[in-house]
Amino acid sequence: MTGPAAKQPLDDRPAALILEGVTRRFGATVAVDAVDLTVRSGELFSLLGASGCGKTTLLRMIAGFEIPNSGRVLIDGQDVTHAPPYERPVNMVFQSYALFPHMTVAQNVAYGLKQTGMARSERDDRVQEVLALVELDSFGRRRPDQLSGGQRQRVALARALAKRPKILLLDEPLGALDRKLRERTQFELVNLQERIGTTFILVTHDQEEAMTMSDRIAIMQGGHILQIGPPREVYEYPTSRTVADFIGAANLLEGTVASVEGRSAEIRLQATGGAAMAESDIPLKTGDAVTVMVRPEKIQAHRASTGAANELSGTVIDIAYLGDLSIYHVQIADGVRVQVAIANRRHADEAPFTWDDAVFLSWHPGDGVILIT
Amino acid sequence: MKRLSPWLMLAVVLGYVFLYGPILSLVVYSFNASKLVTVWGGFSTKWYAALLENDKLLDAAFLSLRISVVSATGAVLLGTLSAIALVRFGRFRGRFLFSAMTTAPLVMPEVITGLSMLLLFVSLQHAIGWPDGRSPLTIAIAHITFATAYVSVVVQARLAQMDRSLEEAALDLGARPLRAFLTVTLPLIAPSLIAGWLLAFTLSLDDLVVASFVSGPGSSTLPMVVFSSVRLGLSPEVNALATILLATVAIAAIAAGVLANRNRKT
Ligand SMILES: Nc1ncnc2c1ncn2[C@@H]1O[C@H](COP(=O)(O)OP(=O)(O)OP(=O)(O)O)[C@@H](O)[C@H]1O
Ligand SMILES: [Mg+2]
Repeated sequence: MTGPAAKQPLDDRPAALILEGVTRRFGATVAVDAVDLTVRSGELFSLLGASGCGKTTLLRMIAGFEIPNSGRVLIDGQDVTHAPPYERPVNMVFQSYALFPHMTVAQNVAYGLKQTGMARSERDDRVQEVLALVELDSFGRRRPDQLSGGQRQRVALARALAKRPKILLLDEPLGALDRKLRERTQFELVNLQERIGTTFILVTHDQEEAMTMSDRIAIMQGGHILQIGPPREVYEYPTSRTVADFIGAANLLEGTVASVEGRSAEIRLQATGGAAMAESDIPLKTGDAVTVMVRPEKIQAHRASTGAANELSGTVIDIAYLGDLSIYHVQIADGVRVQVAIANRRHADEAPFTWDDAVFLSWHPGDGVILIT
Repeated sequence: MKRLSPWLMLAVVLGYVFLYGPILSLVVYSFNASKLVTVWGGFSTKWYAALLENDKLLDAAFLSLRISVVSATGAVLLGTLSAIALVRFGRFRGRFLFSAMTTAPLVMPEVITGLSMLLLFVSLQHAIGWPDGRSPLTIAIAHITFATAYVSVVVQARLAQMDRSLEEAALDLGARPLRAFLTVTLPLIAPSLIAGWLLAFTLSLDDLVVASFVSGPGSSTLPMVVFSSVRLGLSPEVNALATILLATVAIAAIAAGVLANRNRKT
């Protein structure tokens, strides 16, 4: 779950893209609602969100296919809000790849260079160079319909990179690939991005993809950006229930603040009336209604009470075997379940718990995150 | 495949005889040695030879070909433009009216098209002195007006199924809109343009009604000459000419069909 190794600290790099209060409406629907965003140069940035949340619309405004109703788009410091697509230093990898079917692979890649009036020999060299970059050197004379899905995806990538854009936009570039190929391509894309150093903005609705690939992720919902941060941060410290729920699995327990001590607080849980320990950077006061979020893998389960301050007792009511780990559903009160993930380390081991076992659950106070929205 | 029942088979055969019997007999009698159209006098190609001597028919044939080429080309230009406007420009004001007016000639009775064109030309001549009488030009203009509708429908179908992101990719790669159209859209819709051209060509070539309204002295098209000569009595020469025409139109129609089909697959 760690992103690519940190290069130069992100905040020191110049901004490749700045969005200021960008809004786009289609009739009554607000596809993108007053979005502010800064993407640093050389960053691999993901827009993550459920279907229809406005990811594509946001990307198309950066590319110039949609003009915002209000707000500004700055690329490399230049205001391009109203510039047409053919005047922006960005290129796009389309979800359908949009390869020109009547041209060969090499002609596809050369298309953008031709528009700039680059000399023939230089153009040929550049085409060869980017085709080598995506390991398709020997495919220049093929037509798109003579390629596999993965190869087509790489041609689309090569074509978009040929003009050396300031920003490369990718709209679900791996959506059409099967699982194995997708995972391999994710790593190849990240490697490529690190080598050429171009800013990538990637749209995806696959949270694993966003987590494995990105330097930072923006989580979108209903045209808004809910949270922006590195994968580890949005996973460990979500700032809202929606984000916690969207990224990975989360146990969300409602309660009220019983006492506060610095960052940590004791929460009285609504479901059990018991206490739970959790931490937060948000200033809290006694009596506040909050939600405690704990990830399933952060919870320890024991057969006997350990006497920990934040302990919940319950009954195993369901077990989902996932191979590498098992998810135990533990009922802690009527209708309130907690998921606990336990790794299956050795196949010889018996499952530690079975149906109807009474278990005691606890977690390190720092692993409980307090959410107020 | 399921076998047809005998009755169904019979119905199919009768249907085809009904449709194509007259045409077949025309082709057969064009090789008739006898001058009497209804009496078989042995095989001969002499009427084809005689046809080459008949200046009136040949002139009319060449005139018709010229008009067809001009009007097919004009119809492809206008039809393509209207198709682009209808498919690509979104819901502009008056789109419905424009769409209806583009396709109206498909269902308009030819007599009405012909008559209205004639009235238009006559009043135009009064008002601005152009066109100067009826001529091959007025026939071509009249043909363009109704053939445009057919071309527009064919091209619209192709444009609608073309992935829009192809054009966007071209723009994204730095091509201006006109350039993107010429290098990406046009090559991809080319088969439908050719199909539309062939369709317009055949429509113009065999039009009798509209041409009769808007032709002037000395500008009789082939169908007009054939029609008037037949009124004076059937001639085997006309059979020969009709056979040639039939072959031409059939080839054009098949080519148009094949191209339209290939269109659908890509
Ligand atoms: N051209 C358009 N006309 C009208 N509404 C549109 C248009 N484009 C997008 N929308 C609407 O805007 C909203 C956001 O659409 P968008 O395509 O940006 O979503 P998305 O996040 O890319 O979804 P997905 O993951 O399904 O691709 C949707 O409600 C959609 O219906
Ligand atoms: Mg989308």
